[in-house]
Amino acid sequence: MSAGWTREEMAARAAQDIPDGSYVNLGIGIPELITQFVPEGREFIYHTENGLLGMGPPPADDERDLDLMNAGKKYVTALPGAAYFHHADSFSMIRGGHIDVCVLGTMQVAANGDIANWSTGAPDAIPAVGGAMDLVQGVKRIFVVTQHTTKTGDPKLVDKCSYPLTGPGVVSRIFTNLAVVDVTPDGFQVVELAPGVTFEEVEQATGAPILPRTE
Amino acid sequence: MINKKCPSAAEAVADVPDGAVVMVGGFGASGSPIELIHALIDQGAKDLTLINNNTGNGEVGLAALIANGQVSKMICSFPRSSQSKVFPALYRAGKIELELVPQGTLAERIRAAGAGIPAFYTPTTVGTVLAEGKETREFDGRTYVMEPWLKADFALIKCEVADPLGNLTFNKTARNFSPIMCMAATTTVVQTRKLVAAGDIDPEHVVTPGIFVNRIVDVPSPVHEDTLIAAGRSYP
Repeated sequence: MSAGWTREEMAARAAQDIPDGSYVNLGIGIPELITQFVPEGREFIYHTENGLLGMGPPPADDERDLDLMNAGKKYVTALPGAAYFHHADSFSMIRGGHIDVCVLGTMQVAANGDIANWSTGAPDAIPAVGGAMDLVQGVKRIFVVTQHTTKTGDPKLVDKCSYPLTGPGVVSRIFTNLAVVDVTPDGFQVVELAPGVTFEEVEQATGAPILPRTE
Repeated sequence: MINKKCPSAAEAVADVPDGAVVMVGGFGASGSPIELIHALIDQGAKDLTLINNNTGNGEVGLAALIANGQVSKMICSFPRSSQSKVFPALYRAGKIELELVPQGTLAERIRAAGAGIPAFYTPTTVGTVLAEGKETREFDGRTYVMEPWLKADFALIKCEVADPLGNLTFNKTARNFSPIMCMAATTTVVQTRKLVAAGDIDPEHVVTPGIFVNRIVDVPSPVHEDTLIAAGRSYP
């Protein structure tokens, strides 16, 4: 087994940095796993763009409600104290700065906090943006959870995004399989290394200058 | 006494003209007014501009309307999904136009139209290709993009409970874009699972007040898009 964090461990590590009582919006993929790793003694309230605050876990197959889905079009449940609302109210929560933390996956994130996670810009791709651009501009803190490199080994943490931006300068912290990395005024900086991973390995896998952890 | 009840889905959409701008409620399968959409397929209006978050799934509902060649332009935030095949094929063939709008901007443009606000400023898309060519302005040191209202000639909506005055409630996340679309269309047509007498909906619980609704069609057992797709159905 190689060093570093698994998908589950990345989600668990990200969950540790979400304060108790936060209103949280989770992107599709690894961020969704965060609901399974809420630290003891903390409560998060989950928002989903299609009009639900207080989203609960997926239902059993025979308890599905066809009118109760999340923004990823998956069946979910509503916890006691949940609220339903229409789309303009839902995005008022986002754009109006009422959601505390949004955790997203990404294709690229740059040393200045730029994020590119909606389009490769390929000419034959059908563009689809959903709520990503609203989330990155509106939510108070944008976390990214992602593998440090692509499947072909290219860095996802880069000096400058080559894909079209979702939003400029919005990401504050990145959780990868190798490290927790902050976006600082001086660029990327390691906050914590995954077990068995060295700073040099992180530096090697990063497409931009990266600072070691300040002791 | 005012009674907005319409005898059938066919009559409720009979006057949708060619070239109309039509909002369709729903987010994915949830809240999609399948019976009204199928009535519009039967009716045959062409060259429509459709407004919905997505572009339909499988070969029923919204996707069937597009497959039937009735739609020339789609305004949406997310035109592809695992089960959407019709739109991607037409788009790649250059046979349908797409206006891509971020989801929150789409919702607010619709809300603004219903509220009589011709344009507004939003931080969404600032610094991205979707802001290119758009007017920007600074407020309190931050840049915002101007977005215009988005109106429609018709809105096709599914609700849970309606009364003859047009007061509506919805079911869970099937609400999504529907209340704001009711406000933004000249003629709002609603299919309801349950039609009750005026006064049966607690005024404190009305989600969409009847002033935003023109026609109510009683559809007590609506089909659900996911159920139709799972059964491999297509329309017509």
